[in-house]
Amino acid sequence: MLITKQKPLEQILGYIGNEKSIFIVGCKGCAEGCHTGGEKEVAEMKLKLEQAGKKVSGTALIDFMCNDGQVRLMLQPHETEILASDSLLVLCCGVGVQATSSVVDKMVHPGCNTVSLGGRHAEWREAERCMECGDCVLDYTGGICPVARCSKFLMNGPCGGSVNGKCEISKDIPCAWQLIIDRLTKLGRLDKMQTIVAPKDWSVSLTAGAASKR
Amino acid sequence: MKSKSNLEKVFESGKFAVTGEIGPPASADPEVVRKKAKILKGYVDAANVTDGQTAVVRLSSWASCLIAKEVGIDPIVQMTCRDRNRIALQMDILGIAALGLNNMLCLTGDHQAFGNHPKAKGVYDLDSIQLINVVKTMRDEKKFQCGDSMAVEPRLFIGAAENPFADPLEYRTPRLAKKIDAGVDFIQTQIIYNVDKFAKWMEAVRDAGLDKKVKILAGVAPIKSIGAGRYMQTKVPGMDVPERCIDQLKAVPKDQVAKEGIKQCIEIINRIKEIKGVAGIHLMAIEWEEVVPEIVEKAGLLPRPQFS
Repeated sequence: MLITKQKPLEQILGYIGNEKSIFIVGCKGCAEGCHTGGEKEVAEMKLKLEQAGKKVSGTALIDFMCNDGQVRLMLQPHETEILASDSLLVLCCGVGVQATSSVVDKMVHPGCNTVSLGGRHAEWREAERCMECGDCVLDYTGGICPVARCSKFLMNGPCGGSVNGKCEISKDIPCAWQLIIDRLTKLGRLDKMQTIVAPKDWSVSLTAGAASKR
Repeated sequence: MKSKSNLEKVFESGKFAVTGEIGPPASADPEVVRKKAKILKGYVDAANVTDGQTAVVRLSSWASCLIAKEVGIDPIVQMTCRDRNRIALQMDILGIAALGLNNMLCLTGDHQAFGNHPKAKGVYDLDSIQLINVVKTMRDEKKFQCGDSMAVEPRLFIGAAENPFADPLEYRTPRLAKKIDAGVDFIQTQIIYNVDKFAKWMEAVRDAGLDKKVKILAGVAPIKSIGAGRYMQTKVPGMDVPERCIDQLKAVPKDQVAKEGIKQCIEIINRIKEIKGVAGIHLMAIEWEEVVPEIVEKAGLLPRPQFS
């Protein structure tokens, strides 16, 4: 599950600028589940753009925009409308925006921010669970991820800012290391924490960008 | 000796050590650092210069340290993992050693969300414990983190911070042990107002035999005003300011609060001196450096030892 939030309308209108005719694409996968790019949200966005003086040349809803073949197949019937448009607005995750760009030679505007993997392939949304670091440390941390859940990605936490089980940056964020220590204590496996965890191999993570060795 | 650090010499001599702190300006004005360093000279054995404390952009720690050294201070470079990956950290480690700076304090760093550039990308490639180990390996094995060798090692005296008041409390001592295993030489603690709680932490430290393996400097700071006390009590992560400390300041006329704050700080130092296993104090009179001489003198910590 990729969790998305719709961007503020002003930002979307800023992207569109002087373009007059827009084609809107929504996704019936995660974006529909997040109420950011399903049938209802596409219809609402159409109305908002029209109220802002734009022409909406057409709309399409695609089953899972993360499948670029599917995007190509389902946009094909709309070819005439798309070709007559100045640009496309995609209400989906960053993958869907890129899948659209890969099959349409028009400007493609993102209508949403992808904010979280939300447990990925699952419906467990309240916090980030996996950052796809490529070098899993969950054994050492009792099944709670410090990469996804510690604000400083500490491998040998906690830092000195952990108070009452909360992270130093917000009372709304649990301290991952408090959770880890509580869990290891409960399991009688605090011995796991005696080892100094060596510097992490970030070359296999997404932070390595296109050069990632994954 | 591991380094040419004056602080290391003081520890070796068995004297109760005093370190101070210099906050660099948010400008390119070297005079601010010079002025603060001149105030501290002769009253501290070494002085930290903060590294973008609270994630606010300021004159860099190493550059400020160089200015302080010219004045005659033995500076402690603070180095955070927030802004540098392992490549930048190791380059700076070589750089500060090459400039003749002798001490380095390894910190994870205050989160960028606190500062004046909250949109910055936090680096956190290493954490403070890994950084300690990187410096130690460079110094004692002449090896970089990747395993490559170097011709001339950085002879640095390695410090780290510890917060006896942060949670989870039961894990604070094991974590200190981890820092010692990683290779730390000295520890500076969070500012102490709750001396009883600190004494309990020290007891756990002694029970684990850790005071024999690392030099512990107890953090202290005078409270300048009731507002400043309240700010530390409520806004600074991991600070424990008991209400009685604020009450003590409230009990005197408004124009006497700062004086009472100094008196309170001296009282705390005197109590800390009695706690077994404490090797010295780290006096952080941030933006109030001019009171350092008075506090050090009245706490009976003068003269500071001199070495030829």
